[in-house]
Amino acid sequence: MHTEKIYTEYKKFNAKKVFYILIFTIILGIIALGALLHGPSSIGFKNSFTALFKETGIASAIVWELRLPRIIMAILTGCGLSIAGTVFQAILKNPLASPYTLGIASGAGFGAVLAIIFGGSLYSEYLIAGSAFFFAMLSSLIILSIARLKDPSPETMILAGIAIMFLFSSLSSFFQYIGTMEQVQEIVFWFFGSLSKTGWKEISIVSVMIFVPIPFLIKSSWKLNLLATGDESAKALGVNTTKLRMQGMIFASLITSACICFTGVIGFVGLVSPHIGRMLVGSDHRFLIPTSALIGTILVLVADTFGRILWAPQVIPIGIVTSFIGVPFFFYLLIRRTRGYW
Amino acid sequence: MLKVHGLKFKYKDRDILKKIEIQINKGEILSILGPNGTGKTTLLKCIAGIIKPQKGSFSIGSKNMSHIKRNSLAKQISYVPQSSPSKFPITVFEAVLMGRSPYIMWRPSEKDLKIVVNVLKFLKLEEFASKNFDQLSGGEKQKVLIARAVAQDTEYLLMDEPTSNLDLKHQMEIMEVISNMVKTKNVGAVFAMHDLNLASRFSDRIIMLSRGEVFCTGRPEEVITIENIKRVYGVNATIKNNNGILYVFPDKPVNNKNSNLINKPPNNQAHSEVFYDSKIKR
Repeated sequence: MHTEKIYTEYKKFNAKKVFYILIFTIILGIIALGALLHGPSSIGFKNSFTALFKETGIASAIVWELRLPRIIMAILTGCGLSIAGTVFQAILKNPLASPYTLGIASGAGFGAVLAIIFGGSLYSEYLIAGSAFFFAMLSSLIILSIARLKDPSPETMILAGIAIMFLFSSLSSFFQYIGTMEQVQEIVFWFFGSLSKTGWKEISIVSVMIFVPIPFLIKSSWKLNLLATGDESAKALGVNTTKLRMQGMIFASLITSACICFTGVIGFVGLVSPHIGRMLVGSDHRFLIPTSALIGTILVLVADTFGRILWAPQVIPIGIVTSFIGVPFFFYLLIRRTRGYW
Repeated sequence: MLKVHGLKFKYKDRDILKKIEIQINKGEILSILGPNGTGKTTLLKCIAGIIKPQKGSFSIGSKNMSHIKRNSLAKQISYVPQSSPSKFPITVFEAVLMGRSPYIMWRPSEKDLKIVVNVLKFLKLEEFASKNFDQLSGGEKQKVLIARAVAQDTEYLLMDEPTSNLDLKHQMEIMEVISNMVKTKNVGAVFAMHDLNLASRFSDRIIMLSRGEVFCTGRPEEVITIENIKRVYGVNATIKNNNGILYVFPDKPVNNKNSNLINKPPNNQAHSEVFYDSKIKR
């Protein structure tokens, strides 16, 4: 083959990836606009549109205070969970890793359970979120310290994560067992995940916690590529694998905890979008991170919009809908897996 | 010249390497021989900076490399592992481009891409450039890993059993490509090897390791001797010399009764640079 051709082929290959990112950005824009203008309330399409730019009373309130925050939160969590999932899969070298693999979700769940049952007079949405965030980070810190004590290998981290997951799940079950009916109901609802209670304040908190670590992860893209080829190779090519793995874990955990502390557990997005991304643009994290973030946001947004419209005025919790879409797709992936994981 | 001085490596309570002294010259192929578990791979990994030895230092030229940053080390020494698992799909081009990593922060430069194109051509891998790495055969994969190390463009190249998974043709091809490169680009190459015949044929110098120590070093015909094979590997063998190329024919394992012979270097000659058996002197 002509050398010039190898070169142009690689360039074309990368141009294709940029093209995907552009296309998904446009799709996201269209879906977000659709979700903004359409909803279960009786204000029409046209009214919603004018309400965007003009104060029109009730329509404005619906668009600006209900729909828009919800859409932005859907984008934030979809983006955050997908990026965290991509990073976890890379640093744990495990295609089955997700933002929840290391027991982060059960940690967060336990935090929420504690706040709901023992919150007493302090009880508020923020207490639940704070407690969920604290225990989510705690579970990842425990795993980090175990990895530091023993060895920082993916296997150690995954096993420690599974142990933590069982610990927090059984603690949650125990407290649910002693809780009242109302409390248990609220706990169950929390575990479904929901975007219903989002306001601008939550959005600003979550955005800060997500957008501070993301640039670092994107900057490490090339090193993450090397990590996937094995620790030895990565080290021989100049990467401090232990440091990268620890940093990646802290930042990805931070993003995950920030996403789920207000919304509850939204399943499967973080597992599935990196895989769809890899199918489309390959494993170069410089392109994979943005692609899977876009796919994740689209998935969450579509799932939430379906959840709102399908059974209006009832809202089906987002965590349930994403799993409805996610699980069949996951099975499809497993069956399609002809060579290795693909 | 790369010098390793007083290298000691312990894993848990076991001494894997005890006081290793070696010297790697540019433009030379040095093979490390020895039975399983003598520390060949460990030695390579220590030099490549993948694992940290408890003791010892090493230097390139007059520069001490012991506390150098990993990224700077990767500009001087490349390492080809026995195999490179890839959990996620990458193309051959991308795999070779990874060799440029010590020079890439986020985006490979045009120069990096050109180097990769040339390396692919040099190793005759052009037709695989946009194929998926996982779809290649064992020999092709090995070649890609070598291409990655070549793209790294280092003065020293360490390879862990570069021919272990390959068929005859690939073995010869790879050894020829590398010995070619060593001479034309003045690279210092170190191989951990199992195949005594290949080692004697392609190496300029051989180090025989036994239980974590240098048993002897020298030119192939000095090191690969009936006596040394018996002592280090515990195998009786015959050696034929055909036009300067040695052929080792293993016969059978040495009887256990005589096992006190095995692994003990002959008197005072263990670390001598020149140690040979007059029987096969050409």
